[in-house]
Amino acid sequence: MRTAGGGLPEQPQPLPDRQIALIDLLDRLLGDGVVLTGDLVLSIADIDLVRVSLRALIGAVGEGMPSPWATGPVPTAQPGHER
Amino acid sequence: MPPTLSYAYAVARDTPALSRVVPDLRGVGGAPVRLVRAEGCEDMVAAVSPVPSADFAEDALRNHLEDLDWLESVARAHHAVVEALAAGATVLPLRLATVYLDDEGVRAGLRTERQTFSDRLSQLASHVEWGVKIYVEPPEQQDAPAAEPGPDLSPGRAYLRRRGQQRHSREDVYQAAGRAAERVEAAAGALAAGRARHRVQRGQLAEAPGENVANDAYLVPLEHSDLFRAEVLRAAEGLTGVRVEVTGPWAPYSFAAPPEPAPPREEGP
Repeated sequence: MRTAGGGLPEQPQPLPDRQIALIDLLDRLLGDGVVLTGDLVLSIADIDLVRVSLRALIGAVGEGMPSPWATGPVPTAQPGHER
Repeated sequence: MPPTLSYAYAVARDTPALSRVVPDLRGVGGAPVRLVRAEGCEDMVAAVSPVPSADFAEDALRNHLEDLDWLESVARAHHAVVEALAAGATVLPLRLATVYLDDEGVRAGLRTERQTFSDRLSQLASHVEWGVKIYVEPPEQQDAPAAEPGPDLSPGRAYLRRRGQQRHSREDVYQAAGRAAERVEAAAGALAAGRARHRVQRGQLAEAPGENVANDAYLVPLEHSDLFRAEVLRAAEGLTGVRVEVTGPWAPYSFAAPPEPAPPREEGP
């Protein structure tokens, strides 16, 4: 089942009743996502504001801990792997 | 500074489906979402809506980001737009609060990144992201007196034995979690096209019970999506003290940025 643009499968609605946990959303919205360069008003990526301000909420972030949301995608599938 | 700024949600393939979705879309603050096109970038668009400068100019934004309620409302609005777009086209979600002075700034960004975005959109077409979290639920700290101290044990030795048992059961659940992780990896090896690791979830916002020991995202071709989810959900089967949670399907947030140029591996230029 493919949609014209090859996006997500057609869903009846964006599932409004499914409340997504904020933390799962922040994992994706703060650390990931493309950076569209240009005349950005302010770049979260550069300033890491949210990492600082939410430190207490998200838990111990400090020496030795990997910084939150600083992870990037890692290719995992071996090239040419068979299914 | 103009009264409004341009908040960009995602870059997407320019499809007819997208143009049908967008007229009804509302973004941050309920503002209408529009598609911005740039000369020389005919195959892609950026989805944008106006936001008040009073809230999104540098200092204001800096302050707002300290406010979790504000952050949550923007994050949910951002996500709703990305979800709606993703139903009609391949998308590259942008980071939260990607804000430009005007649409010309967005266009400039599109032109600069045209090739990168175009390549990435091709790679992500017909893929979805699944979140996979593994939790351990260590057995309750049994600080209550052990069931049978054993008549031949001194209190001290009984205590040590109890502690030993606790330690074993803790080790057991972590071992079981490792086993579950292997099963997830096995499913991913056969079915997924990529993995991104997120930091394990801790702190006040981590509301799910247990201790989160893995928080990963997998990029999965649509045709394997259901099977992948089913196999991952089975990863904790027969294991005690381990829970696997699957979230999604997500737009490919965790894979929007191209992978770091992988050092040795193949992966063409």
